[in-house]
Amino acid sequence: MMNKFNDQLRVDFAGVNFKNPIILSSGTAGFGQELNDVYNIELLGGLSTKGLTLRQRSGNVGTRIWETPAGIMNSIGLENPGIRKFIEQELDFLEKIDLVNIVNIGGSTLEDYIETVKIVSELKVDMIELNISCPNLKKGGMSFGIKAKTAAKITREIRKITDLPLVVKLSPQARNISEVALACQGAGADGLSLVNTFKAMAIDIEAKKPVFENIYAGLSGPAIKPIALRMVHEVCQAVEIPVMGVGGISSWQDAVEYIMAGASLVQIGTANFINPRAGLEILKGLNNYFEKNKIESINQIRGII
Amino acid sequence: MAEIISNVQLSRGIYLMKVRGQFQGKMGQFYMIRAWDKDPVLSRPLSIYSLEENSISFLYQVKGKGTTIFSKLNPKEEIKLVGPYGNGFPLVKGRVALLGGGMGAAPLYLAGQTLKQQKGLEKLDIYLGFQKRAFLKNEFNKIADRLVIDIGGLITERIEVDQYDYILTCGPDAMMQALIRKTEGSKAKVYLSIEKRMACGMGTCLVCTCKSRKGNIKVCKDGPVFRGSDIYDE
Ligand SMILES: Cc1cc2nc3c(=O)[nH]c(=O)nc-3n(C[C@H](O)[C@H](O)[C@H](O)COP(=O)(O)OP(=O)(O)OC[C@H]3O[C@@H](n4cnc5c(N)ncnc54)[C@H](O)[C@@H]3O)c2cc1C
Ligand SMILES: Cc1cc2nc3c(=O)[nH]c(=O)nc-3n(C[C@H](O)[C@H](O)[C@H](O)COP(=O)(O)O)c2cc1C
Repeated sequence: MMNKFNDQLRVDFAGVNFKNPIILSSGTAGFGQELNDVYNIELLGGLSTKGLTLRQRSGNVGTRIWETPAGIMNSIGLENPGIRKFIEQELDFLEKIDLVNIVNIGGSTLEDYIETVKIVSELKVDMIELNISCPNLKKGGMSFGIKAKTAAKITREIRKITDLPLVVKLSPQARNISEVALACQGAGADGLSLVNTFKAMAIDIEAKKPVFENIYAGLSGPAIKPIALRMVHEVCQAVEIPVMGVGGISSWQDAVEYIMAGASLVQIGTANFINPRAGLEILKGLNNYFEKNKIESINQIRGII
Repeated sequence: MAEIISNVQLSRGIYLMKVRGQFQGKMGQFYMIRAWDKDPVLSRPLSIYSLEENSISFLYQVKGKGTTIFSKLNPKEEIKLVGPYGNGFPLVKGRVALLGGGMGAAPLYLAGQTLKQQKGLEKLDIYLGFQKRAFLKNEFNKIADRLVIDIGGLITERIEVDQYDYILTCGPDAMMQALIRKTEGSKAKVYLSIEKRMACGMGTCLVCTCKSRKGNIKVCKDGPVFRGSDIYDE
């Protein structure tokens, strides 16, 4: 279909062509169908699927969401149909629509990640986003993304078994996020995305108990934007590979900030809950901003800070 | 954005809000509603109370941050509705009862209005239980063959379930469970509308997942209306 937005918005990210920098982030857009009923998501640059694991997961019990000023904490616990059901039920749609599809992969053990990536590498998908940053798993998940050494190890192992463009999704809980970023680059990642949610908590003072069964949950939304932006800036200073900026983006101005901080692409997460048309509206705003300022390519403003 | 026509208090903390516009929707469906920018982050789900050619109404109770903001809105002010979402109640026939507890009355008015127009409806009785004071009695009276109101007691004790082919219900968990127990061994089929905290309202975020006999279900997309036997043990 016709792309009614400017060619100036195109981004080459690790050899993959995005028609614009807007991506729907993992876990906030399912596998695309629901939002596509609201507007034509083919207008966007890409979509990252709900985090997939080797086997089906039914997710965490108890409260799964809690609000805090300008933010939400979630404890979904990677509920997903498992990679095989995904292939059966969801892949068709993603193959048919014209936007970069990114398969987000999570797991508890290295073996699970490897098995899953092997299966995904046989598919007609555009990119893998390796989630080593989910704070809602008792085992695995985020723990791979805390230290540079473990992050490098998993990235290296995955790099060996896939030719698909590989993006590693970093955790803001990393001891030193630039070091983790460099380690992933050294281990063969084609790009990075950051950040995943911040480990956070809430207490029910009447019940005298944590709100979440797992005690901790993941904080996202406008509340995290300034910190996430700072992390993207730091990482972009450190690495050569391209970066997707994620965290609290809810307006086109936020997206421009991330690009100026160094991100080549941006992901829209929680904002989809504030307004299901957020992705499209941010894209329109960005398009106008490019036109008004006569920006010919994203590289003119990317990383200028 | 849509314009508020009226927003009146019916009883302490209970409001009926009418919004201008041509909205879609079926009985048992809901809208995700907000009257603020980014904080609170999430919109609030409210069932469709009634639907007219140029307006839609919601019946709500003030609970916390969001519904407090709703209660302070004046006519001509703006509100944002996204929807309709959810599956809604099935178009049942025969002998039908609607049973609501407290705010559970909200989706039942449109259900009554809709079913009234169904060919094959033999009777439509409405049972409403309230803690302190009844509201919208006259409205429900207009559509019910028989209206039973209970205040302060257990509305489930006022219904003879064997008189009905179908019972559509919405209300507190304990009330719906009591109804399911009561229909054990009876031919009456129960459809219930359940509530769960949600974020997206459309099935993408997996916040409102609920365990059922058929595995995990999304209350917002697969529901909010389910067969009673799928949710509780019958
Ligand atoms: C499908 C559906 C239909 C509903 N229809 C109606 C209706 O017609 N009339 C009515 O009065 N209420 C209805 N509710 C409940 C209503 O959504 C909550 O009372 C309301 O969201 C509370 O928001 P608050 O900001 O005032 O409370 P807060 O406690 O500040 O809310 C905090 C968070 O919890 C969520 N939440 C709190 N209580 C509930 C609850 N009981 N159910 C779901 N989410 C909750 C809120 O949406 C918000 O995300 C419905 C709920 C669902 C799921
Ligand atoms: C409900 C919910 C589910 C999420 N699920 C995943 C997931 O499965 N995999 C993943 O890598 N990130 C997941 N995330 C993290 C988001 O993709 C994003 O990194 C984070 O929310 C920060 O961006 P935001 O502030 O724009 O939401 C989830 C976030 C939310 C709110």
